[in-house]
Amino acid sequence: MQHGKYRFIVGFLALPLIVYAIFVISPFVQAFQISMTNWSGLVGTAEFVGLENFQRLWESSDFWNALRHNVYMLALVPVVTLGLGLFFAFMLNVGGKRRKNEVIAGVGGSKMYKFVFFFPQVISVTIIAVIWFNIYNPDPDDGMLNSFLGFIGLDGLQNSWLGEKSLALWCISAVMVWGHVGFYVVLFSAAMASIPRDIYEAALLDGASRFHTFFRITLPLLWDTVQTGWVYMGIIALDAFALVQIMSVNMGGPDGATDVMPLRLYLTAFRDSQFGYASAMGVAMLIVTMTFAVLTMRFARRERIEY
Amino acid sequence: MGSTSAHNEGVGRRNLIKRSAALGLLTIPTMSFLSACATGGGGTDKETKAPGGEKSEKNPLGVKQGAPLEAFIFKGGLGDQYAKDAEADYKATYGAEVKHTGTQQVGPKLTPRFAGGNPPDVIDNSGADHLNMNQLSTQGQLQDLTVLLDAASMDDPAKKVRDTIHPSTIEKGKHGDKFDVLYYAFTIYGTWYSQKLLDDKGWAYPKSLDEMVKLCGEIKKAGIAPWTYPGKYPYYVHFNLFAQIAKIGGMEKWIAIDNLEPNAWTSNDAVKEVVEHYEELAAKKYFLEGSQGLTHIQSQTAWNKGKAVFLPNGSWVENESAPTTPKDFGMAVGALFDGTGDKMPHGTLRGEPSEPYIVASKGKNPAGGMELLRIMLSKKHAQNFATKVKSLTCVMDATEGMALSPGLASASKVFGEAGDNLISLQLQEWYPALTDEKIGGLTGQLLTGELKAADWIKKTQAEADKVAKDDSVTKFKRSA
Repeated sequence: MQHGKYRFIVGFLALPLIVYAIFVISPFVQAFQISMTNWSGLVGTAEFVGLENFQRLWESSDFWNALRHNVYMLALVPVVTLGLGLFFAFMLNVGGKRRKNEVIAGVGGSKMYKFVFFFPQVISVTIIAVIWFNIYNPDPDDGMLNSFLGFIGLDGLQNSWLGEKSLALWCISAVMVWGHVGFYVVLFSAAMASIPRDIYEAALLDGASRFHTFFRITLPLLWDTVQTGWVYMGIIALDAFALVQIMSVNMGGPDGATDVMPLRLYLTAFRDSQFGYASAMGVAMLIVTMTFAVLTMRFARRERIEY
Repeated sequence: MGSTSAHNEGVGRRNLIKRSAALGLLTIPTMSFLSACATGGGGTDKETKAPGGEKSEKNPLGVKQGAPLEAFIFKGGLGDQYAKDAEADYKATYGAEVKHTGTQQVGPKLTPRFAGGNPPDVIDNSGADHLNMNQLSTQGQLQDLTVLLDAASMDDPAKKVRDTIHPSTIEKGKHGDKFDVLYYAFTIYGTWYSQKLLDDKGWAYPKSLDEMVKLCGEIKKAGIAPWTYPGKYPYYVHFNLFAQIAKIGGMEKWIAIDNLEPNAWTSNDAVKEVVEHYEELAAKKYFLEGSQGLTHIQSQTAWNKGKAVFLPNGSWVENESAPTTPKDFGMAVGALFDGTGDKMPHGTLRGEPSEPYIVASKGKNPAGGMELLRIMLSKKHAQNFATKVKSLTCVMDATEGMALSPGLASASKVFGEAGDNLISLQLQEWYPALTDEKIGGLTGQLLTGELKAADWIKKTQAEADKVAKDDSVTKFKRSA
């Protein structure tokens, strides 16, 4: 049966590989090629300009400004999202009162919570952006957030939110956190379910508190999942295109305060018709994202725990 | 991730090397596909043989019977029903299929089709995501519409189309010497208000900037916000701000601004006067609180509800805000305000051709595309447009004797009073990245009081200079 095994495998894999090569890998390679041209995107001809686009990018204060905002989000959003996700998952699985015949249990109503937390994952990001844009509406009667603040007598905290230069980016980041926490709650819950019960039992017999149980047992045993989640969430924070494009005032405003790399790319391509330059931005984004992923994998590595 | 994850080490270094080697192997054969890549096609500049029909009295453009037509229409504040009505007439006359697409995403949807050499025949290139017409024009993708101008009009074969439309339409539709964009609608920009509200409170629409400031004080005392604006799209403020500069400082100095000449902003006293006026409005808190976070729809709704008196806008506002406008609102628009030492008389107005229609030179049926425009330029369809979307067209005197809606009637009235004193600005049309993003950002800061007028002028000049130096942006010049 060994005879001709490879030919057999290659025969079956050829078609999907060719399709993959044409539709995934070749555009990928073309992006590099296009980034070295001055292609407008409107006609089929372009001139080779070498690394000129990258030089422009290096000198572009707009792009650095956008990159800085992405980095702010990268520093803040995954920490908050994963932290909340871990906390909620722990409370839903381990943090409850002890009942008879059960070593560990979640807080009351945890099934319902799981469902509610996961809800934002089901709606498309566009809808989430539109909903939150309306929640942030500055009008004290029509804007949900401002009218709520008015209702509980905190008129002093009413704000124009997305129109406020110092707050806008954080308003959008908050929506990003809100939209992704549910996914991590479910992910971490699944991972926690695979931790053997007897480990918890031993810890509880030794008189460990919830706090200790979490930091000494749950977190170390979940580390792999956390690391994966970190990379995934980081990539989302380095994107943020849909939220910013729909929610921000004046496309990345006020006055460039919420600009992000993909939005820059989009405007360069579709508003300014400079596809070559936009491709160079795409390549730069790839480099930034890959650097982040590799560094995370490198520095978050830990001793594996077998159980 | 229990013990099942023993193989999940992330991507180890060795694996990475193995995988990239595999990728390399895969990509070598694909190099041959690169000839079929995005930038490889559609670049041939062969003269497309348009399907030609017999030219005749009834068919001056020589449209071929039965040749299908494809129309791509921006479906925004004006909808696209008016275009469908014209298409129905085309269908009836030429017995041809018309493929209609109504969209808000003209640019993203059509960019690849232009690149691939199969654009639709006729396009209403409007909205925030429109195609870059400067690029299209310089790259020979736009049909020269002079033929259309010289064709006989639908209503009177003795008259050419060019004699039935407003002269500024012809002026605005040129790239260099080539007339290749037909701006179908005519937009009146200005300060919009509710006549009923002013009458009820005994206020009069102010004549000058100083009177405006005075009136704003009274309005604020009455517990209403004098102004609102859509902070999400600060360029709405420019509709008035730019026009006001042109009115006070004169067109000659504005043309210097359009042409990105050095010190065009800083050396113009009108700029200082107008921007300081806005600074004053901001300092005295004459803008509805929270305006900096509103969309155009939200600001129009607040205005309809009587939360604010004045709104910078264009004549499409009547149609767009119809769902929230009270019955007896009495929508009206006022002319520009007088400053000091004005170059243009009182009653001057910013009125501009709008809704840019283009015909693709490399489309399958350019003659048919132009014929659809000729149909739209008939009295019948111009009136249909006025009825359906409450807006003027470039067809002169088309609305005579019609019963007009309040906003449209007011717009026609100020348009008539302005006579030849019409202001037309090109800056936003030519350099949207500069006006909407850069200057828009500064204007947003000016109206929240975070930026002083002097800084606004300095920074705006710097941004304009940056664009002037940037070779990747196509430049345009105007002399009138």
